[in-house]
Amino acid sequence: MNTFWRTFKVAAWLGWEMDSNWTEPWLFMVYSVVKPIAGAFILVLMYTVFAVIGNRQDPAAFSYMYVGNSFFIFVGSVLFGTFQVIQSDREWYQTIRYVYISPISYYVYIVGRAVSKVGVAAFAVAITLVFGVAFLGVEVHMTLDAVPLFVASMILGLAVLLAIGICLGGVSFLTAKHSHGLAEGIPGIFYVFCGVLFPLSILPPWGQAIGQAIPLTYWFDITRRLIAPTIGVDTTLAGYSHFTIMLLLVVSSVAFFGLSILIFKTGEYFARKAGKIDMTTSY
Amino acid sequence: MSASTARRTDLRYRIGLNLHAVVGRSYPRIIGANREPSWIFFEALLPLLGIAAYVFVYQAFGSRALDAIMTSTASAPWGICGDHACLDAAEQALERAKALANTNALIASVVLGGTMVAFWLNVLWSMASQLYWEKEIGNLQLYMMAPMNRMALLGGMAVGGMVMTSMRAVSTLVAGILVFGVVFQVADPLLLLAVFFTALVALYGLGMMFASLYLLWGREAWNLSALMEEPIFFSSGFYFPIGGLYNMPGGWGRAVAIIGAFVPATFGLDALRQLTLGRTAFGGTIWIFDVQTELYILLLMAVVFLILARYSLAYLETLAKREGKLTSRHQ
Repeated sequence: MNTFWRTFKVAAWLGWEMDSNWTEPWLFMVYSVVKPIAGAFILVLMYTVFAVIGNRQDPAAFSYMYVGNSFFIFVGSVLFGTFQVIQSDREWYQTIRYVYISPISYYVYIVGRAVSKVGVAAFAVAITLVFGVAFLGVEVHMTLDAVPLFVASMILGLAVLLAIGICLGGVSFLTAKHSHGLAEGIPGIFYVFCGVLFPLSILPPWGQAIGQAIPLTYWFDITRRLIAPTIGVDTTLAGYSHFTIMLLLVVSSVAFFGLSILIFKTGEYFARKAGKIDMTTSY
Repeated sequence: MSASTARRTDLRYRIGLNLHAVVGRSYPRIIGANREPSWIFFEALLPLLGIAAYVFVYQAFGSRALDAIMTSTASAPWGICGDHACLDAAEQALERAKALANTNALIASVVLGGTMVAFWLNVLWSMASQLYWEKEIGNLQLYMMAPMNRMALLGGMAVGGMVMTSMRAVSTLVAGILVFGVVFQVADPLLLLAVFFTALVALYGLGMMFASLYLLWGREAWNLSALMEEPIFFSSGFYFPIGGLYNMPGGWGRAVAIIGAFVPATFGLDALRQLTLGRTAFGGTIWIFDVQTELYILLLMAVVFLILARYSLAYLETLAKREGKLTSRHQ
């Protein structure tokens, strides 16, 4: 356990240094905020253009979309922060062979490396929400008694995300340099099917079924319920109580943790067998 | 003059050499990448989902608008038309048709933006960052020792990148038409092709210019490319007509759109949307310039960026050599 903790600490420190020490702290802060704010502004403009040309305001739909998009920052950052570790160490820094043969758990090392991304994402989420509430009229009304449940749901949601990231890491042991495709594509699945920007009812029935099978759908729903209970858009998940959703998240995080170990070990086994642990695929 | 020196200065020989370099550098991107076919799934199909999300956003807005138009209440028996109750069935039908047309045009805007996103990401990550990447993996010194013109190297990267990215762009377009039922009305296909290819040349010219700038930078290069994703998607109007940003009240939108217009995709997309949706789409009020003017601007950008790329590459190569950064890795 002591080795795991030490590995986690050192990997987290290394991840933070790699993420942030390329520039001055203030510039890193700006960099960390500009991307998510610009991402939110894409949606703001999409809404604005629709509202202007149709001469029709829909503040509830806008708030629904904005809050969902703010929390989606966690998805992109945590997933990318996790699965890109293998590819960056393997293809870019070419240090994977040295880290891999050291007497540590490579699984814990990856989780540690991702932690700095979680911290930066939390900062970006907070800034995006504050900006939305202050300047764009986003409806956020979180009460104090909702805070413990909100914290618990955040922990469970992030645990599921980290586990999914490790699963992808296991797959990326065997694939070429696809970190950008993965970075765009896998979060794209959740962007489409998890009711992040629009209610599930917009999707065709098969799409709704996929969405309801992904635990993050419930995480987005409970987060939105707790932080912005007055939005009033039908999410199609109203039949699920807070307790049911939390239970689903607990079960999913345990299940995904098990799955992440299985996929990671399988990917690692086949990569070793095929001699792909330290391959480079530059073109 | 020796025979070998005479041969090296021969124009025909030099053109042939540089054309070989273009083919040689584009080869691994066109042929080599296909030896690892998983890229088609990761780079061409998966990213479609992100675009699909934006399509569904407009469908959600459109669906809520249609609900409001078609729902009869005591105060609005013919539904809501914009910001007032519809006067009669005729106004309601007109409003419904307008909402459907606007939703289709906005979804088409997203699909077109999605095709351009593919090229912009390729420019950022496989053009601008490429020399930096080559430096990191140790290929750059080999390129620098080779006798071809550096522009031929960048040209090869651009040609290979365009071909490779076309797969994703075409997938996006096909998904837009077949899956989302987008209707394009192309009145002038030749002009459409001219705008598209001029925009691509200008875009890759910009990428070539960035590639030389990135030679001097270390990890800032990677982060700069990451920073030029969402902010450029926003300021260049990849997922909405740029006129929406340009006409925002308060003037800030205009300033952001003007900055975004330095990326050729801005005018390229505006012109492509006019050519595929018709100039009267969105009430004809949110286009920046007419197509001809935007084509001339794109032509100018293509020429300027290619010239700047040529000179900045030569200058920054010398500077990088002088500062000892040409082959320094992991800085």
